[in-house]
Amino acid sequence: MDRDKAVEVKSVSKHFGTYQALKSVSFDIGENEFFTMLGPSGCGKTTLLRMLAGFESPDQGSILLHGREVTQIPPHKRRVNTVFQSYALFPHMTLEQNVAYGLENLGWERAKIRARTGEMLERVHMSAMATRKPGQLSGGQRQRVALARALAPEPEILLLDEPLSALDLKLRQAMRDELRNLQRDTGITFVFVTHDQEEALDMSDRIAVLGAGEVQQIGTPAQIYEEPVNRFVADFVGETNFLDVEVLDSREGQATIRTPLGTFGVPATGAAQKGRATLSIRPEKINLGDQAAGGITLAARVVNQNYMGGFTHYTLETGGVTLRASRRNASRQGDLVATGADVTIGFLPGSARVLAS
Amino acid sequence: MRRLANNLPFWGLLPAWALMGFALILPILIIAAVSVATRGSHGGFTWDFNPAGYAQILFNEGWSGELEFTPQYLIIIGRTFLLAGATTALCLIFALPVAWYISRQTPGMRAILVYLVTLPFWVSMILRVYAWMIILGKDGPLPRFLETFGLAPGTSFMFNDGATLVAMVYTCMPLMVLPIYASIEKLDLTLIEASHDLHGNRFTTFRRVILPLTAPGIVSGAILVFVPALGAVLEPVLMGGGKQMMMGSLIQLQFGGGRNWPFGAAIAMVLMGLVMLFLIVTALRAARRTAGMEARA
Ligand SMILES: Nc1ncnc2c1ncn2[C@@H]1O[C@H](COP(=O)(O)OP(=O)(O)OP(=O)(O)O)[C@@H](O)[C@H]1O
Ligand SMILES: [Mg+2]
Repeated sequence: MDRDKAVEVKSVSKHFGTYQALKSVSFDIGENEFFTMLGPSGCGKTTLLRMLAGFESPDQGSILLHGREVTQIPPHKRRVNTVFQSYALFPHMTLEQNVAYGLENLGWERAKIRARTGEMLERVHMSAMATRKPGQLSGGQRQRVALARALAPEPEILLLDEPLSALDLKLRQAMRDELRNLQRDTGITFVFVTHDQEEALDMSDRIAVLGAGEVQQIGTPAQIYEEPVNRFVADFVGETNFLDVEVLDSREGQATIRTPLGTFGVPATGAAQKGRATLSIRPEKINLGDQAAGGITLAARVVNQNYMGGFTHYTLETGGVTLRASRRNASRQGDLVATGADVTIGFLPGSARVLAS
Repeated sequence: MRRLANNLPFWGLLPAWALMGFALILPILIIAAVSVATRGSHGGFTWDFNPAGYAQILFNEGWSGELEFTPQYLIIIGRTFLLAGATTALCLIFALPVAWYISRQTPGMRAILVYLVTLPFWVSMILRVYAWMIILGKDGPLPRFLETFGLAPGTSFMFNDGATLVAMVYTCMPLMVLPIYASIEKLDLTLIEASHDLHGNRFTTFRRVILPLTAPGIVSGAILVFVPALGAVLEPVLMGGGKQMMMGSLIQLQFGGGRNWPFGAAIAMVLMGLVMLFLIVTALRAARRTAGMEARA
């Protein structure tokens, strides 16, 4: 038993018919952590979340909440609440009644229920509408009420299944900050599910990248982005360039690799063993023109460019390889490199990463 | 052209109005008129205003023409309502789990089960009631089966209120199952999960989430069962052996053997009045409830 662990998922697997949705998944979630499960559609995020809530049970393996095995405990007896993707507010109850529902079921006193309900609605700026019904609310408002309702019974763990996906861009941004603050203030462990990597990087203490029913990598946002352990993670989180390379030599954290762009040394990971491998370089790690200084420099030609406002995406050709690069538009003039132009590009060996192919 | 387009709702609905007028409103008006007509000496009636039909529901005409209160028809009315109420309640109790079970199946299976629920409608009602008479009757399958558990041989379950109720519930069940099924199918299952998630046990979830959200279906089902049950003739006569007079039989009797058309029409009017009252009250309550839930898109 470990008090510092809010959730322990141990070798959990799950089949739906003959389809294996989860293949021996294991991870721990720390107390007071903002933990995100990130992965493409159908990778089993919701299934895992539903297991934590108690709506689904693992075929094999076990789930512990605060050191206690909960596999046999029904949802209503778990100190876990969920913000559903569709919000699932009770349409026949007022917002007040929705928020009070969990408290009534826990047998709180009337006065305490009233106080807590008022407090939670206040907290999500919905007090003015306390006596309305959910049908009369906008998506963002429903979202906030769902949050208040799930937080009201003081759960030990709050589960959120893509709660922001139905909101428009501006609102999504605002809600990210609001959720993050709420988590810090309440100190409740948040388990957040999303397929939006930007959201995951922005909000999480730690991220578990799920793919094909397996945990691909667990780490802080920076670890996930900068040090992906395999091709799947590098590809799914952020944009990247992949090059087929051959590891000629690998020792003491340093690997010599042969690439179509030449042979050079890069920091190696455990994955880098002699033989065929994949090199991943993020577009923003490739510098152009005057920004390309130090490290490995190459001559390239601009094949295409997409102006994005704050930065410009370039498609480059060098040594028969196509690379994507992005360049910050630091000043108004002189930043744009014309299509068809020859340009010097460069990157630091340390910002490239060798992955098992 | 413009005028026609503007009046399209009127012209378009004209056939429907005409049908309603001839097939529904006109007969009701005729019955209403007959109910205050005078009874003819050899059946039929004459067009002389006479509220005796209504008076007869509550009062009996003595030898010398004085009116004395008799509860016998009130008892029949009460018994009819009791039967209809019991039928509705039993149908509800059986239909809820059936509808729930159907809604839990795969779409293909659901279609098959819904079809099976409506299957009895494809067979003549008289045949179905006779089938029940055989099942429950002396030497029928049910008594025979129970005899193996010690029931006295030769027992019959027929010709009593219980038998009437069995047939009533049986014939009315689909009318209850279908609307309830329709409303359960529309029910968002994540709401049930949300209830469990918020520490609601099965009972709380049923009472506070499932029941209120399927109430429209339950109300429709109750109306569809209760109203026809009030006018039931076949079941009380065949299954109950006609020992307990119901309103349906009473009315039929006045137009047939009793030869008292105004009295029959008066009872029919009273029955209709009570049904309308029931419907209006239900509709008002439903309107009040949906007013709060409007625009829940
Ligand atoms: N009840 C079920 N019956 C059959 N298959 C299911 C069931 N629930 C999930 N699956 C399957 O399991 C896989 C994982 O589903 P899950 O809902 O966990 O995915 P997800 O990661 O949440 O995806 P999304 O981002 O689209 O919500 C999917 O292929 C899905 O089709
Ligand atoms: Mg999902």
